[in-house]
Amino acid sequence: MVDFDVVSLPETDHVAEGDTAPDFTRPLVNDEYWEDRALADAVDGPTLLLFHPMDGAFQGTYLYNTVDDHGWAADVDVLGVSISTPYAHKRLLADRGDGVRVFSDPGAGVIEEYGLAHDIDGMTGVTESRPAVFLLDADRTVEYAWVADEHPAFPDAEAIDDAVADLVD
Amino acid sequence: MSEPQITLYRLQACPFCERVVRTLNELDLEYRSRYVEPMHSERNVVKRVSGARSVPAIVDRETGVTMSESANIVEYLNGTYGEGGA
Repeated sequence: MVDFDVVSLPETDHVAEGDTAPDFTRPLVNDEYWEDRALADAVDGPTLLLFHPMDGAFQGTYLYNTVDDHGWAADVDVLGVSISTPYAHKRLLADRGDGVRVFSDPGAGVIEEYGLAHDIDGMTGVTESRPAVFLLDADRTVEYAWVADEHPAFPDAEAIDDAVADLVD
Repeated sequence: MSEPQITLYRLQACPFCERVVRTLNELDLEYRSRYVEPMHSERNVVKRVSGARSVPAIVDRETGVTMSESANIVEYLNGTYGEGGA
């Protein structure tokens, strides 16, 4: 571990296990095009919904490498969300995140509704997302939730493996 | 939510695409927009559905018609859904 204190983030009233993941419509980007899509329409089975900092930050790169390494997209639908534009998502998906689709939420309205807003020091006017993981069943009930309470923080891939296995089996 | 029958493949701020949108709106037709990249080489999805990489292109599931070129599309929409159309 690092020998200095990581930054603790304030408590947040975020979407939690047992909640129904709030519906929203945003452009949903795949490796070929993007179109407006409602979460309720995109979720038709077990779904891993991953909120992450803007594309290009190493946290997102690391996250999608982890998605690929663990093969989650083979077991469940994997949907990302960040404040980046559809053009940035296309570049991200060209390199990693095989089979993943990513919502674009530049105004961070969805991120705020999920209780994940994070104002980044030194980037005035930018509202970011905390890293967060929500595993949903087919009716958008949250079966597993993790939201960063420190900055930086990374989701626990083994815990997600277990949650996916529990839901899919 | 039922899916619109017409899918429009478009490029952001492409005037030929906006021309088709204007016609769709004039005829009060439901459609969904699929945005693609400016780079021709990145438009494989358009090539796959229409045979060419040019936008705009539409797919009309109501009639089974797929079509490129804005002038053709506008003529098709007016002829099919406009007053006096089939």
